[in-house]
Amino acid sequence: MSYIKPKFRHPNLPTNRLGYTVADYDGAVSTLCAGCGHDSISAAIRNACFASALEPHRIAKISGIGCSSKMPTYFLGKSHGFNSVHGRMPSVATGASLANRDLTYVGVSGDGDTASIGMGQFIHLIRRNLNMTYIVANNGCYGLTKGQDSATADLGSVSKAGDANPFDGIDLASLAILQGASFVGRSFSGDKTQLEPLIRAAMAHKGFAFIDVVSPCVTFNNHAGSTKSYSETRDHLDVMPLDFVPMREEIRTQYAEGTTQSVTLHDGSVIHLHKADTSYRSDDRKSAMHAVQTAEDEGRILTGLLYLDPDSQDLHQNIQLASRPLNELGKDELCPGSKVLNSINEGLR
Amino acid sequence: MKQIKGVNDFVVKFANVNGTGSASANHLFAKAIFRMGIPVSPRNIFPSNIQGLPTWYEVRVSSKGYLGRRGGVDMMVCVNPQSMEQDVASVEPGGYFLYDNTKPLAQHLKRGDISYFGVPLTEMCMREFPVPRLQQLLKNMVYVGAMAALLDINFSILKDLLNDQFKGKEKLISSNVHALEMGYQYATETFKCPLPIRLEQGGNVAPHILESEHILMNGNTAAALGAIYGGATVAAWYPITPSTSVVDAFSKYAKRMRIDAGTGKKNFAIVQAEDELAAMGMVVGAGWNGARAFTATSGPGLSLMSEFLGLAYFAEVPVVLINVQRSGPSTGMPTRSQQSDILAGAYASHGDTKQVLLFPATPRECFEMTVQAFDLADRLQTPIIMMSDLDLGMNDWMSPPLEWDDTYEMDRGKVLNAEELDKAETWGRYLDVDGDGICYRTLPGAHPSKGAYFTRGSSKNEMAVYSELGEDYVQNVDRLLRKFDTAKSYVPRPKTHPPIEVKKPKTDLKLGALFFGTSASPSYEAVEILATEGYSINTMRIRAFPFHESLDQFIHDHDVVFVIEQNRDGQMRQLIMNECQIAPSKLTSVLNYSGTPITARAIAGKIRETLSTQPENVVPLHPETA
Ligand SMILES: Cc1ncc(C[n+]2csc(CCOP(=O)(O)OP(=O)(O)O)c2C)c(N)n1
Ligand code: SF4
Ligand SMILES: [Mg+2]
Repeated sequence: MSYIKPKFRHPNLPTNRLGYTVADYDGAVSTLCAGCGHDSISAAIRNACFASALEPHRIAKISGIGCSSKMPTYFLGKSHGFNSVHGRMPSVATGASLANRDLTYVGVSGDGDTASIGMGQFIHLIRRNLNMTYIVANNGCYGLTKGQDSATADLGSVSKAGDANPFDGIDLASLAILQGASFVGRSFSGDKTQLEPLIRAAMAHKGFAFIDVVSPCVTFNNHAGSTKSYSETRDHLDVMPLDFVPMREEIRTQYAEGTTQSVTLHDGSVIHLHKADTSYRSDDRKSAMHAVQTAEDEGRILTGLLYLDPDSQDLHQNIQLASRPLNELGKDELCPGSKVLNSINEGLR
Repeated sequence: MKQIKGVNDFVVKFANVNGTGSASANHLFAKAIFRMGIPVSPRNIFPSNIQGLPTWYEVRVSSKGYLGRRGGVDMMVCVNPQSMEQDVASVEPGGYFLYDNTKPLAQHLKRGDISYFGVPLTEMCMREFPVPRLQQLLKNMVYVGAMAALLDINFSILKDLLNDQFKGKEKLISSNVHALEMGYQYATETFKCPLPIRLEQGGNVAPHILESEHILMNGNTAAALGAIYGGATVAAWYPITPSTSVVDAFSKYAKRMRIDAGTGKKNFAIVQAEDELAAMGMVVGAGWNGARAFTATSGPGLSLMSEFLGLAYFAEVPVVLINVQRSGPSTGMPTRSQQSDILAGAYASHGDTKQVLLFPATPRECFEMTVQAFDLADRLQTPIIMMSDLDLGMNDWMSPPLEWDDTYEMDRGKVLNAEELDKAETWGRYLDVDGDGICYRTLPGAHPSKGAYFTRGSSKNEMAVYSELGEDYVQNVDRLLRKFDTAKSYVPRPKTHPPIEVKKPKTDLKLGALFFGTSASPSYEAVEILATEGYSINTMRIRAFPFHESLDQFIHDHDVVFVIEQNRDGQMRQLIMNECQIAPSKLTSVLNYSGTPITARAIAGKIRETLSTQPENVVPLHPETA
């Protein structure tokens, strides 16, 4: 959709701790279809970064290919971004993070980008526990190539052409939990009260944070019979709300015993999770899998922070990388010089 | 029988069974000759197999310092019954054949025109060593000992080498030395030693060889050192023969030289990726983010990296790729050498792409060109593909020592830092400010409000704003072509040598030869052989693509130009035809694509044959000299 964004900014827009207004986290005007779920995710990422007072230029946005992967243009215009190749965002993000471990990495992908062509890289990214936030805008179809079923389309979901999908869909959130992702969430593009704190928590988490966001495609997958339309999704949501309290803020709200679980992240931020089921512990992988599977069996889509291991070791720790970003090292640190080379020569005689 | 004679000039080939420990014994043999100061070039000719299949090790000794394959075998050491028939057949008339005579030689393997040397290797080892594994391993040492006597290898050098190799493991040293001595003694007592082909320390070795203190190293190790010295910090890869040892060596050296002194942590990252797509993706991500990053691969991996190479070309991301060529697909001949990825590299990927290629011909060039590749990648903001091959990468080559200039500074190219961004009036990622097609880039995180841009393929304008306008696209890809033109002045120039004087020229035609990489050494030798026969051939060794203007000139200046390369389709010839303004009929291919490196004799033979049949059809272009 093309429209002119108003240039005028309200002088009294609230600012965050860094003095930025939310407009400082804006990107270019979206060219996605009006009503596309992806635009709501862009807005949620923008709001989350504003609320958490992250330096825009210290964030790098990386994506694959698809309508969803275009999203990084539409938020954080002061951040570098990279629209890479279809299904391979994980490797580009890995390389970028190895080069400079000090930036915050946000990856945006689609269900086609991640669950089909990019499945291999996705699994291996989880395995390496790269410190990044990975958001899949999941619409059950290939938007950009005009509505083919994707691998996350549910069994029996009817495409726009009228065909029922004969295959079981891949549940990326379950897969991520199973493969050992250290942070797994699920949400709905239409639920910003849940999505925004979830993204904030993901970005504060040190390690791989995955969020599967149901994000309806209004053009190709929002009709009756589709299981990923706005109305179907709303009807089946089972929402576990959460609050994210950054490390610097004091905790004001009081929570009821039993249904609330608090998790402290490595930087001191705290996440408060509110659940209907008191036996579910989101820091226990088996319990999380059980809750997700049970909801699925009952036709519900469980959303919220599904699993979290706040003490996970990320890639940089696991490979013993030095703390200074590799892209800052110069000749003195990197080049051993002629004396060393002469001794190497000596060993080859 | 007329026996082959020669001091410091012969070819010995060892026929072994893969996985029996022969490699280190054969290496010991070659290294001892090297230590004697005599030019030697060993080559492993091995199957895609871990254990059981035939494998060969060919050692060329050349007083003149020819390091390419000569062709032909003067002495065969055969300890593999599987291949014995073909091994006997491959010996030159007048040559020598050493074998294990624990079992008598079959009648049909006896030739009247070669000399046989039976050594009861198995029997001696069974008698002498108790453990079966040792019996097998030390058999190799026994034949090396026998060869030392037959060829007059300095025995104390062999002992020194064993001492170095097994430092501190006295038991191993003594059993190995014992095996060597057994072989040595048996040969001296049984045969007339040394043979008419033999070694002589300080003998007739060419003066230019004696000038520098040579080293013996393979191209992959040299490339890995180049990556260390060139400041590479990120290596992402997926194992594939014959490139694997590049990253293995990088890892070995990095663990020694790149550990942060204070913390013991690493100033480098090596990731074994899930496949080559991911490996290249990581290199692209790291290059985009300002680290010097590289990967190493071979043919099939190059195919998989192709999409990312296209993105890196259009998105202008520095990338270094070391492609160690082999023959064809994975079930082709993965352990055999070729130069057959020339076109796949030069035009890697979709759309209008042209990639910068470097062609090293020696380990020293592998080292220097890898360092240079990082500078070029940063300077040109594009992938740089170094085209090595199995022969260069995995075999040991005698080479002048590696040299390092401590005043070297990395060329990080046009990257604006925060200060420079503040000073710049306007900045657009794809604005060609300097007219050389190379624009100024910025790194993520550099400046709070300036220099951020969105990297994409080609749907963008000069300011990096999304655009699908035809004129923006055309402007962009035309600029990329301009950049490729600029690259010509940065990449290594071709090498030429003064022509060899020929007394009685056999032809009036002006002859030229073009070659690159591992075809160079045997080509130079072939040219010298042909000079003695009355053919004067000028040479040019291509070292990079895009081609330098002097290549056009060279072709223009000659009537017949031989393009010597190791693939079926004459890929370099095709690339030249595509890129240069020349008459294709001038270029005659001289090819070898059997998987074993091209030989000087084969090159000379093909050129001789062409010249004896073709000249009438060719009208000299320069009648005044004709
Ligand atoms: C290698 C390759 N194959 C195919 C395509 C074509 N293609 C572009 S987007 C897309 C699917 C995107 O689907 P998804 O990731 O779900 O994103 P959405 O558009 O639905 O947000 C495909 C197949 C491509 N760009 N590259
Ligand atoms: S096609 Fe679908 S996914 Fe793509 S922009 Fe339109 S609504 Fe969104
Ligand atoms: Mg989709």
